[in-house]
Amino acid sequence: MSKRRPYVRPMEGWWKKNPYFVEYMIHESTALFVAGYAFVLLVGLVRLGQGEAAWNGWLEALSSPFSLIIHLLFLVAILYHTYTWFKIMPITMPPIIVGGKKVGPGVITGSGLLAALGASLVMFALVFWLGG
Amino acid sequence: MKPGLKRSNAPIFWSLFGAGGMLSALFGPALVFITGIAVPFGFILPADAMSYPKMLAFAQNFIGKGFILAVIALFLWFAAHRIFHSLHEVGIHAGVGAKLICYGSAFVATVISVVVLLGLGF
Amino acid sequence: MTENLKIIEIEVLRYNPESDREPHLEVYKVPFSDDMSVLQGAQYIKDNFDGSLTFRWSCRMAICGSCGMMINGIPKLSCETFLRDYYPNRIRLEAMHHFPIEKDLVVDLSGFIEKLESIQPYIIPKEPRSLEQGEYLQSPKQFSDYIQFTSCINCTLCYAACPQFGLNPDFIGPGAIALLHRYNMDSRDGAAAERMELVASEEGVFHCSAVGYCSEVCPKHVDPANAVNINKTNAARDYFLRFLSPKGGSK
Ligand code: SF4
Ligand code: FES
Repeated sequence: MSKRRPYVRPMEGWWKKNPYFVEYMIHESTALFVAGYAFVLLVGLVRLGQGEAAWNGWLEALSSPFSLIIHLLFLVAILYHTYTWFKIMPITMPPIIVGGKKVGPGVITGSGLLAALGASLVMFALVFWLGG
Repeated sequence: MKPGLKRSNAPIFWSLFGAGGMLSALFGPALVFITGIAVPFGFILPADAMSYPKMLAFAQNFIGKGFILAVIALFLWFAAHRIFHSLHEVGIHAGVGAKLICYGSAFVATVISVVVLLGLGF
Repeated sequence: MTENLKIIEIEVLRYNPESDREPHLEVYKVPFSDDMSVLQGAQYIKDNFDGSLTFRWSCRMAICGSCGMMINGIPKLSCETFLRDYYPNRIRLEAMHHFPIEKDLVVDLSGFIEKLESIQPYIIPKEPRSLEQGEYLQSPKQFSDYIQFTSCINCTLCYAACPQFGLNPDFIGPGAIALLHRYNMDSRDGAAAERMELVASEEGVFHCSAVGYCSEVCPKHVDPANAVNINKTNAARDYFLRFLSPKGGSK
């Protein structure tokens, strides 16, 4: 009879045991804030559909101190999402070859962050132009 | 090759996840700043940028509609996918229930957005 | 061994399937010199304290891939990790995470071997050539497309780094997918469509959530996470475009 009795270790709490995994869990949980913000926008859209009074009510809610705190939280979390999204991009996309050489991870992450900055500036400009 | 392999339907959810993750990474921080901080508090940006007539016009514009739908729906599909996976990872194997809540709310929100946006006319 | 050796405490996760219900830690005080690897530390324990301590090794030069273990919780090759870098702190050795422990630091790799076989890790020629037709030619450019993924030594450190493998033992996993990608990317090979069935399956690439730690710990810079994620894109393309392709993609 075989004397083998392989022991399977439990996975419980795996993500607390290595700083790399702790960071992973933190950047994964930014999704909660993305969802929260999307729900705020969804409510806004529904209010917009209900007419001017409803929309103004939503705007008013947005200018409460509570809303400010929530949005500051959203901002920090989603900024972190942006950073980590482009940070892992070098491992998630096929290699880009320029002039016979593979583009380095720093360049890919940097380009992503620059693109986000560009997108932000375009939106600011649009708000000034449309809303000014 | 191993027998009995089943093709995964993950590409559908994974694609929505990827699109939403990219969109929120590119536009998320600035959007939060504009709609949640700058405009409501008249900080840097004009305070009436989100007035009813302006937003109505934006939501009636073809491109505006597309942007609103993409932001709300894709942000939620992205978040649903991540949250569902994280639940599994921390050992909550709520299975079908968790799946329904995560992807279900993204789906319902998508439907609501489409209905409202269509209702607002062109 | 000379007189003025430093002493480092090595804590080892011991498990004897014949007598232990579960693994437990034991501490050994090991004299060491600056040129001693962690593997040599384990060997010292085996030679001087407990001959039953079990671990795998062969080449002692980071090429056979058999001496992987968790060193202070991080998957590493013990032959290229040095005791001096941990002194004066205690060092903890455990069997590679996410694999069943066979005995002490030895894990059961049979699941990994099966996966390795399932990816068909050999060239399946696009167009078979007869001897008269000569060899299969390949340009340096074509070679460079897959060279990185040939460096894998099957050490499975990437599996010990992958929580998704720990949570879903059926997941084909980083190392095997890196090797699969190596053959798919080889200009002489024509079996990418055949391998797609596995890539796109429920055990395939979509268990991966891009944690990325596998690439971090890989001693040969294979970047298995990249191989897995490129194949997610491939599998998604196959999923959506299979109805357009004349052969209909894989099932
Ligand atoms: S990919 Fe790297 S870590 Fe994984 S088995 Fe191969 S050499 Fe080891
Ligand atoms: S003993 Fe061969 S890799 Fe360490």
